[in-house]
Amino acid sequence: MKVVSVPGNLDQESLDQLLDEVAALPDETRYLLDARHLRWVDPNGMVGLLAAGAELRDREGILPRLELPESSDVAGYLARMGFFEEARGVFEVDGTVPRRRSGASDVLLEITSIEANQDVHQVVDRVQARAGAILANKLGYPGTAVVQFSVILSEVCQNIVEHAEAPGWVAAQSYNWSRRLGRWVVVISVMDMGRGFRRSLGEEHAARYGDRWSDATALEAAFLHGLTRFPDSGRGQGIQQIRRQVRRWDGAISIRSGSARIAQVPTWDDRPPIQEGLASFPGTQISIILPAREDA
Amino acid sequence: MNDPRPVDPIAIDVGDLVQKTVASLYSHLITRPTGRAVRLAIEAQLADAGDQALSLIDLSEVTLLDFSCADEVVAKLLQRYQDHRRTDAYFVFRGVTEPHRDQIEVVLERQSLAAVAETGPGRFELLGSRSEEEGRLWLELEEAGTMPGRENGEGGDDGAAGTLQRLVARGLAYRSGTAGDVVALSRLMRHLG
Repeated sequence: MKVVSVPGNLDQESLDQLLDEVAALPDETRYLLDARHLRWVDPNGMVGLLAAGAELRDREGILPRLELPESSDVAGYLARMGFFEEARGVFEVDGTVPRRRSGASDVLLEITSIEANQDVHQVVDRVQARAGAILANKLGYPGTAVVQFSVILSEVCQNIVEHAEAPGWVAAQSYNWSRRLGRWVVVISVMDMGRGFRRSLGEEHAARYGDRWSDATALEAAFLHGLTRFPDSGRGQGIQQIRRQVRRWDGAISIRSGSARIAQVPTWDDRPPIQEGLASFPGTQISIILPAREDA
Repeated sequence: MNDPRPVDPIAIDVGDLVQKTVASLYSHLITRPTGRAVRLAIEAQLADAGDQALSLIDLSEVTLLDFSCADEVVAKLLQRYQDHRRTDAYFVFRGVTEPHRDQIEVVLERQSLAAVAETGPGRFELLGSRSEEEGRLWLELEEAGTMPGRENGEGGDDGAAGTLQRLVARGLAYRSGTAGDVVALSRLMRHLG
């Protein structure tokens, strides 16, 4: 059995490490993801953990095992985020799964699987009531921001349905990034196990790029130039408009697909706008971080 | 001045149509399939219209409109009638408020289209792609209600007459068949209540 250690802090940055490790694993009949030492996890980490499990499951057709976090707080948080419902069919969980408490929740958007357009409607309906208060009280956004926030969620989830041709997950939550940024943020994570941007756009656009066609150029084509696999000129604006709204809120958005990542980087972030040579991982991972207004 | 009403007036409540067209789950105008379904329902209602039709597309009850839906319900709707010329169709979008406005502007500009929108009670605006001259003349027409088209029309494609003709060709103003006067769509809308 091959054992993969889940980092203690599992967010977008450390998720790269996990995905790199999973991508590099030799074929094996059994895998174990050891999350016993997980102390902190955000939506990118949770959704990424599911994606890592799904990738290992699909290799051999056998569910990988997941060792639960020793911290009851972390395990309880995973339960509140709906992780264990989505983990069914992805992991064979070792240990007792904490029960999800009923009643009021502090979660912005629990992990939700996206397979069809009706799932997008459910996500938007679900988030409406909670997003208004969080965006206003924690980020200091105007009351109308819930509309733009919902539009972002709708468009980013439709990306899975229209382009991935495989299911995915979305989750969102607010955090106090007191040390990292000195402000509250909302983190939105969307990940699918589909064919990625290079394959999605390849049939329509690869020939024009010739030898330069790669994960990175495919991401640039979609992210910077709004290219899409559809000949319809009305298509391809979803990502463009998400970028525009995220920029208005001084937020960050990045997309990892295949072995590359492209990002729109605000001044408070020091990540590179493009990364190549990452371990090739199936599907697409979109991360959006919306910070509180500085005067909030 | 002739009665500026030789067009079939049709009022379409998109909020109502969303409920009828797609499952009740879809309380918002989001996702492309939902937009496509609503557009097809609008087109079905317009199929029985006469050669000339003015349609009032009412978005007052729509609280959320995403870009994919706006592309289908606004841009593609206009595009199809302009491309195919199945009928002289004129559209006014009612109830366009701040939550919709950006999405509608974006999809119109992307397709080099423009549309007349009622953005408040009795307040009409031209949204989307237009030249400075088109915008200025449309405002003048909106204030005046009608403009004597025939006299202006003799001037060919240049100047105000040409601009007025372009507004008519783009479905942003109506040219009366009898007198040739050009009428603001908002004036025609008065007959829709």
